[in-house]
Amino acid sequence: MTDPAIELKGISKAFGPVQANKDISIRVMPGTIHGIIGENGAGKSTLMSILYGFYAADAGEIWVKGQRTQIPDSQAAIRAGIGMVFQHFKLVQNFTVLENVILGAEDGGLLKPSLAKARGALKSLAEEYELSVDPDTQVQHLSVGHQQRVEILKALYREADILILDEPTGVLTPAEADHLFRILDNLRAEGKTIILITHKLREIMEITDTVSVMRRGEMTATVKTAETSPEELAELMVGRKVLLRVDKAPAQPKAPVLQIEDLRHVDGQGVERLRGISLEVRAGEILGLAGVAGNGQSELLNVLGGYADATGTVRVNGKDIPLSGAGCDGMARRGAGIAHVPEDRQREGLIMPYTAWENTVFGYHRDPAIQSGVLMNNAAIREEAGAKMQRFDVRPPNPDLAARNFSGGNQQKIVLAREIERNPDVLLIGQPTRGVDIGAIEFIHQQIVRLRDEGKAILLVSVELDEIFALSDRIAVMFDGRVMGTRDAADTDQRELGLLMAGITEDPGGDAFEAVDAALERKDRREAVHG
Amino acid sequence: MDFATVLQVLDSTVRLATPLLFACLAGLFSERAGVIDIGLEGKMLISAFFSAAVAAATGSVWLGLLAGIVSSVMLSLVHGLASITFRGNQLISGVAINFLAAGLTVLIAQDWFGQGGRTPSLIGQGRWGNITLPFANALSDVPVLGPLYAQLISGHSLLVYLGLLTVPLTWWILFRTRFGLRLRAVGEAPEAVDTAGISVTGLRFAAVAICGLLCGLAGSYLATGLQAGFVRDMTAGRGYIALAALIFAKWRPWYALMACLLFGLLQAVALRYQNIDLGGLTIPVQLMDALPYILTVVILAGFVGKAIPPRAGGEPYVKER
Repeated sequence: MTDPAIELKGISKAFGPVQANKDISIRVMPGTIHGIIGENGAGKSTLMSILYGFYAADAGEIWVKGQRTQIPDSQAAIRAGIGMVFQHFKLVQNFTVLENVILGAEDGGLLKPSLAKARGALKSLAEEYELSVDPDTQVQHLSVGHQQRVEILKALYREADILILDEPTGVLTPAEADHLFRILDNLRAEGKTIILITHKLREIMEITDTVSVMRRGEMTATVKTAETSPEELAELMVGRKVLLRVDKAPAQPKAPVLQIEDLRHVDGQGVERLRGISLEVRAGEILGLAGVAGNGQSELLNVLGGYADATGTVRVNGKDIPLSGAGCDGMARRGAGIAHVPEDRQREGLIMPYTAWENTVFGYHRDPAIQSGVLMNNAAIREEAGAKMQRFDVRPPNPDLAARNFSGGNQQKIVLAREIERNPDVLLIGQPTRGVDIGAIEFIHQQIVRLRDEGKAILLVSVELDEIFALSDRIAVMFDGRVMGTRDAADTDQRELGLLMAGITEDPGGDAFEAVDAALERKDRREAVHG
Repeated sequence: MDFATVLQVLDSTVRLATPLLFACLAGLFSERAGVIDIGLEGKMLISAFFSAAVAAATGSVWLGLLAGIVSSVMLSLVHGLASITFRGNQLISGVAINFLAAGLTVLIAQDWFGQGGRTPSLIGQGRWGNITLPFANALSDVPVLGPLYAQLISGHSLLVYLGLLTVPLTWWILFRTRFGLRLRAVGEAPEAVDTAGISVTGLRFAAVAICGLLCGLAGSYLATGLQAGFVRDMTAGRGYIALAALIFAKWRPWYALMACLLFGLLQAVALRYQNIDLGGLTIPVQLMDALPYILTVVILAGFVGKAIPPRAGGEPYVKER
């Protein structure tokens, strides 16, 4: 029997009082793709950082290809044939691809021979694994997908035969993700071992051979992918049964509530981020706004929420909303019936050091109902906050706790409670479940659907296509500051939306990757000119 | 203004630009590695003092140079310790070094020589002599080119020529060697260097040490080349002008040469003409002195293209969780 490519025995690691990894053991066989799945904070990244020599484990052994191996630093990991593609790329932005590839793996003191050698190596790697990228372009001018390829090339150039990828698809369009999986397939076929860290069940089911589930620092199970199901994995991740599908009745849309016409916004750098957006959200429906991060969705939310100026028309229940100057701010918007759950709850949704009850009134703190004279009626607010937290299942339901002491999911519930309970006509909601554990996702999704059924107009922005599909009645796709198209959720699919996300409205047929790649490159070039 | 005067001004431009150039390249190494160094001034000053003191005591300018470099590198390592090892604020560490050097030099000078915080005037072997390049005298009668060669190109001290050679050397190290690649990388994205298995700390200390070496040369030239001995605060803001030149040069070696020559020219003109009379309009000398700073503000305001500093400049590197 062959030795495992990687074997971890009893790895433990604590950061202060937090036990990030508790007695973890796994075996990964060579030539396989092994998934590690778990919720945020389950300890996946810590485990991989230990394997890559970023942290030293408090206890436990690492065996690589049948050899007990000490990995005190990244250099040792590289020597052992381990390469890592981090979630946030570790690239020097103003270096060329070649320079990034040779950094730390140069031959000799002069660059010329190293660069020449890397140029040749890159060429053959590109052919072997469909990993082509122009070696002389500066990394900052590459699309995210191409930057990720550079990271993979870096590892392969160092002759890594064990590759760790940390949440690799978070920033990719579906077509790019498919292409990445094809690359991983090619690598596996060549006998490389791959460890894929992700929180997306679909990816695990699609590409891995075996999968380990982590929960609260512990490895709860390791199973063969073919012998498990998403439902079982979700249960292992959360520790109880979870509903992966959102139960919802067909929408009963009524009159349009939020109407947007020819909305344009230019950012501080002078780049036009919204280039004529027109949308309509009706009462009793959820309009999902899909797109890869950075295509104008955030700007649209900011403009609608009153934090950024724009030109064009926005109407709520037929009434014009000012898009700049006086009367264009978050509080005025809330007065006009627009509630907003921002994308980044820690920076825009909450004041982290403030208590939960204080956080439940921000944006509504001028409401006469909670004032007595010039003073705020804190006792009443506190009591109300406690009741809200009960209703929204915030754990622990203690209004005196600072916002930062709640988990991501519970923080999001506090924001939701604040925005929903004021009975708005329109709800803007950005990345409702980013960094939220599966259990809380279920609850948050139910609340959004409940609000829809009460006849509110909901604009949902999410980079998770699965979430868009699960919640939306209609789906609009943004690309490069424009709406590429709007579809009924029932009549579209991953492929069509994926193409729209790259700005392609006509399906080129067959394997669409080339077209997507070219489209994204065009967009990057446009941005490079502006930036 | 006749040809001879122009030559004299240009000649003094080269001399005055030399300490700026050394200091500017010193800052370039440090900042390219992500360590901001406003302590150039202090390091030049301490080097100027120890160079002059040791040269005065031993009569050897070479021993003086050595002492200057050692003292300057020591201060560099203090800066490194504070800002790399202990991840302190680089600006504050730099300011502290400037104060330390200003006080320490005068204190020790008074203790050693008792001349009110200065060293004795250097004579003979205690100063850098001027090197006459071959045929300088023979060719000086050739019109235009002769005096140009004899007075402007020939007749400087060894350190002036060394300074000029440091420019291509710096360029070559930064852009043609492995060390240079890593140095630039650590100033842009230390996390990329770290994950490549290279020591961020080691690289930054190397850069800071080179910075000390070059500041040592700058200070030494000031006290034993440009002038004959140390007087208190003799750097007179040159460390800051060198920083200004560094921004002006957009952190590039050849541009640094140009910027330092420009600022040297301004100093030479200010030195020669106290007040410049332009047909009724008098430009006060203070304006000339202030020009480098004014130019830097103009650059920073973005009028002459964008100066993008190394991305990780000023930030201590901490591994993220």
